[in-house]
Amino acid sequence: MLAFWHRYKRNRSAVFGLVVIVLVVLMAATADFLYPFDPFRLAGKPLSAPGTNGFLLGSDSLGRDVAAGIVHGAKTSLLIGLIATLVAVFIGILFGALSGYYGGQLDNMLMRITEIFQTIPSFIFAILLVAILKPSIYSVVIAISVVSWPGVARLVRGEFLSLKSREFVQACHTLGMSDLRIMLREILPNCLSPIIVIGSLMVATAILIESGLSFLGLGDPNIMSWGFQIGAGRTMLRSAWWVCTFPGVAILITVLAINLVGEGLNDALNPRLRERN
Amino acid sequence: MTRSSKIFRFVLKRLLQGIPIILAIVIINFFLLNMADGDAVDVLAGEAGSATPEYMAELRAKFGLDQPLPVQLLVYLKNVVVLDLGYSFRHDMPVSELIVDRFWPTALLMVSTILLAVGFGILLGLLAAMRLNTWKDAVITVFALITYATPLFWVGLMMIVVFSLNLGWFPTSGMENVAAFYEGWDRVKDIAVHLVLPTITLSLFYLALYTRMMRASMLEQYGQDYVITARAKGLTERRITFVHVLRNALLPVVTMAGVQVGALIGGSVIVESVFAWPGLGMLAFESLFARDLNLLLGIFLLSSVLVIVVNLIVDIIYSLLDPRIEVS
Amino acid sequence: MKQKLLDISDLYIELPEGSDRQYAIQNVDLELKQGETLCVVGESGSGKSLTARAIMGLLPEPHVRVSNGEIIFNGEDITKVSYERLRDLRGSEISMIFQEPMTALNPVMSIGVQIDEIFRYHVSMSKAERQKRAIELLADVNLPNPAQIMNTYPHELSGGQRQRAMIAMALALKPQILIADEPTTALDVTTQAQILKLIKDMQTVYDTGVLFITHDFGVVADIADRVAVMQHGIVVESGTVKQVLNNPEHPYTKALISAVPSLTPRKAKTISKEKVLEVKDVYKTFGGGRGLFGFGKPLRQVDALKNVTLDLYNGETLGVVGESGSGKSTLARCIIRLMDTDAGAITIEGTQINMLKRKAMRTWRNKIQMVFQDPFASLNPRIRVGDIIAQGPITQGVAREDALKRARELISIVGLDDRSFDRYPHEFSGGQRQRIGIARSLALRPEILIADEPVSALDVSIQSQILDLLDDIREQMKLSMIFITHDLRVAAQVCDRMAVMQYGEVVEVGKTKDIFANPQHNYTIDLLSAVPGKDWKGISSAGSAGKAKSKAKPKSKSPSRSKSPSKSKMS
Repeated sequence: MLAFWHRYKRNRSAVFGLVVIVLVVLMAATADFLYPFDPFRLAGKPLSAPGTNGFLLGSDSLGRDVAAGIVHGAKTSLLIGLIATLVAVFIGILFGALSGYYGGQLDNMLMRITEIFQTIPSFIFAILLVAILKPSIYSVVIAISVVSWPGVARLVRGEFLSLKSREFVQACHTLGMSDLRIMLREILPNCLSPIIVIGSLMVATAILIESGLSFLGLGDPNIMSWGFQIGAGRTMLRSAWWVCTFPGVAILITVLAINLVGEGLNDALNPRLRERN
Repeated sequence: MTRSSKIFRFVLKRLLQGIPIILAIVIINFFLLNMADGDAVDVLAGEAGSATPEYMAELRAKFGLDQPLPVQLLVYLKNVVVLDLGYSFRHDMPVSELIVDRFWPTALLMVSTILLAVGFGILLGLLAAMRLNTWKDAVITVFALITYATPLFWVGLMMIVVFSLNLGWFPTSGMENVAAFYEGWDRVKDIAVHLVLPTITLSLFYLALYTRMMRASMLEQYGQDYVITARAKGLTERRITFVHVLRNALLPVVTMAGVQVGALIGGSVIVESVFAWPGLGMLAFESLFARDLNLLLGIFLLSSVLVIVVNLIVDIIYSLLDPRIEVS
Repeated sequence: MKQKLLDISDLYIELPEGSDRQYAIQNVDLELKQGETLCVVGESGSGKSLTARAIMGLLPEPHVRVSNGEIIFNGEDITKVSYERLRDLRGSEISMIFQEPMTALNPVMSIGVQIDEIFRYHVSMSKAERQKRAIELLADVNLPNPAQIMNTYPHELSGGQRQRAMIAMALALKPQILIADEPTTALDVTTQAQILKLIKDMQTVYDTGVLFITHDFGVVADIADRVAVMQHGIVVESGTVKQVLNNPEHPYTKALISAVPSLTPRKAKTISKEKVLEVKDVYKTFGGGRGLFGFGKPLRQVDALKNVTLDLYNGETLGVVGESGSGKSTLARCIIRLMDTDAGAITIEGTQINMLKRKAMRTWRNKIQMVFQDPFASLNPRIRVGDIIAQGPITQGVAREDALKRARELISIVGLDDRSFDRYPHEFSGGQRQRIGIARSLALRPEILIADEPVSALDVSIQSQILDLLDDIREQMKLSMIFITHDLRVAAQVCDRMAVMQYGEVVEVGKTKDIFANPQHNYTIDLLSAVPGKDWKGISSAGSAGKAKSKAKPKSKSPSRSKSPSKSKMS
């Protein structure tokens, strides 16, 4: 663990990313303390420029505080990104592990299903799912998970496929070990590194999808989110640039930081890359 | 087996593999859309405001919506085969006509985006890999990192703020200035000017993606044994980079370009809605809120077919680049 | 007097900071004359490959660089010439061929184009001329249908053909020096013999000086004029092939040479009449891909095993010998039920185990166990050594404490330090890992042990230790053993009887001594005559003497921070 941290901290941009994420998490965790009121409420004069009328980042056409929205939106983005990724990773591991380990007809069938989900234009599919299930935090999570798992499934399948022919797995067969035990105890721990890396990058993608959905008005109407703020502000683009700009910057910084951490994890967990540099 | 017949069989096989996928997508979408509560009649009735239950039942019977689901599905499947995608109650015209109308703007946007993203992505990635650890590499890498993390719609809005509202270089929305009644080259020029911002917006993310992939792919290939062989043969670094390494490095990027087509179509929904570009993405967005199920089904089907077709083209390009393709 | 082509003196190659040693090679002096073959011999990590790279100016600079000394080629110091000059020399005056021709050739360019490049970048010739020369070259290296080979891609050729194409490429401009970096290590023994002969023939034609890098003393005996032995980056001994092979002076050279197994079979044990395993008429077919629609009959099939019949007698070691693709590993995997057979019977104690269901097979796992080939792939990197060894008994229902106690015993039986118990596999060297693998296979107290090429991934000095260990264990635990190998020298020293396999069939079975003395089948004859260094009588006595000495119980090994697999393959 210490050795891992030592390798990780050699990548300075990854450390930077980690610091930013910690700050965003802190911001989300203290949202109710920083801005204790409902971010949807009218907080003052509409369309105030940043720094005026007591608004740090200005207010929108309904007098909502942009800064309060960003702080509360951080909660939404992080929560949805994390949960959707966990669900997608779980489905992906299930499909990929069974497919790669057993091969044959089962593999054929599962991979066909995966292929279908990969062919469907994923963002349109997500829109469709949210629209059908009615916009809510649950439908958004479901939609993001459903369009994100195929990548994990393919990765895990590939890992299982290559690991199952490794001699240490064959040795387990010769010892009479059960399939479940081989999959969970022998193979899965050996493909955790790539799963962690792809998972961390998926959180970033999930946040982007979530913001896209709520930009189109498909977010949970009762929960503040960055995409919603931008969507609500776009008609005032000409007169109030700040309403769209700051939430966008928040998305950009968060997603960038997560990507940097993902790359840092990749370098630290992937010994091949380590040797090359 | 000769190489060309190998390629032919490969392509044929991929083509045949696409059919069950399309079928599955049709079925999935059909059931999903039926899961939604409220159908087109509810929407129509809701808008009319004064529909009696009798009238609604009559409407349902007219559209075949009173039939059991499997029957509806079979009827739909049969219609799809003869390219009859149903009737849009909202627009009051056949779905296939609507889609064809709106297809070309989207195709234009997609093609220009792919050319820009793939072309510049490869170029920038190549440059970064060749100038590894110099300021050029650093600038390209940072640029790719940032654009890779930026939401599309936000880029679009910021583009509008900067280039349309402040600088006034490009129009804020639409595909052409309809009121001007341009013809011939003037019209082409008008559309081209309208195309700039949407294309840049949609391509930025993919440009970043291909740049990063190309750079990584080049670096990976530089580490291969055949590069040492090429050096041992006394070839110039130029030849090694542009002939030996480049061709190998392109392979994963080409594959990725195929994989990303679906995502690109998804992105066009957002970009088209930001720039009011009159394409399929915009149509999908409108039909979503109008609960125009037949139209949505049609658009999904078309975009899925589009993905499969583009993937087929990518496969053909790939098979020309890589002699190792296997038919099996 | 032949002209001196290459004179390396006092050469140092510096490694980047943080490596396990400061210099890859130190104080190296070598020279090569026209028409002469100099063999540089050493185990992995000896620095022999980097020496070769340095001559071509192909070190991965700036991390690894020549820090001292000179490499004089025809009066020019290669370490100091300009890049342009270096590029001129490469491919035209000094050429190189590599160990793995599959990765050394560009996979997406045809053989013709890759040969053509050499001409294009070194001489001015018309396209037609270049084409003609390339076809001649391919014909010179005995490739069939040279004109057709021009248009093929590397993956369409066999390993031997690829290496021939590499040689054609290397000799295209009649270079004065050919550097061959383990060019036959990845090839089968009969192919190796052909490639060695080809290099020798081409050398005679062009009067080329050959710098041949190898770890195999048999190859040295066959082709070298002079030999330099390297250890840890230092040339410990050099001289003519006769001097070095027959009267080695340095202890390291002596140890290396004595570790080479002799081709004279050891005395066979008296073989018991009791059969412990019977393999009868076993078939196994691998299906190729499927037809166009994903169903229909498979496109091509490979018969991995055809009508294989073998018996294993109590207490004997039965060798299964063959080249890659002969089906020997498939046979091992079918016997231990890692693969299912298509037809035939594999019988232990009257039970036909190849027909048992998985559950029913589980209790039979106690009877038969396997030692695997690759010590770096056969141990789970995430599980501690003690647990790896105890896994089998625990799976079979033995209480955890008892299994761990047994694991401790086994660790000392296979000659490892007690502290190994709580460590992870990556902390051990290849030989030590193979000991762990052996301990794991013994944990279930099997009666039959299948060893699948257990030493082929190891350096020769480690090989003999592992073979001795297997021999001791077989005696102590009264095991019967099936020993899969491609190496006839190893087979001669380990097996009481042996079966020779080709294309999935057993072509000959018999006592090892009889087969070596009087092979019956043509393929067996080919195999035996292809063994490198077979005419080198000098070592047979030295070899067995050395073996007898090393028979003593292997010393306890304490785990050391081992090299990663990729690193140990560096040279």
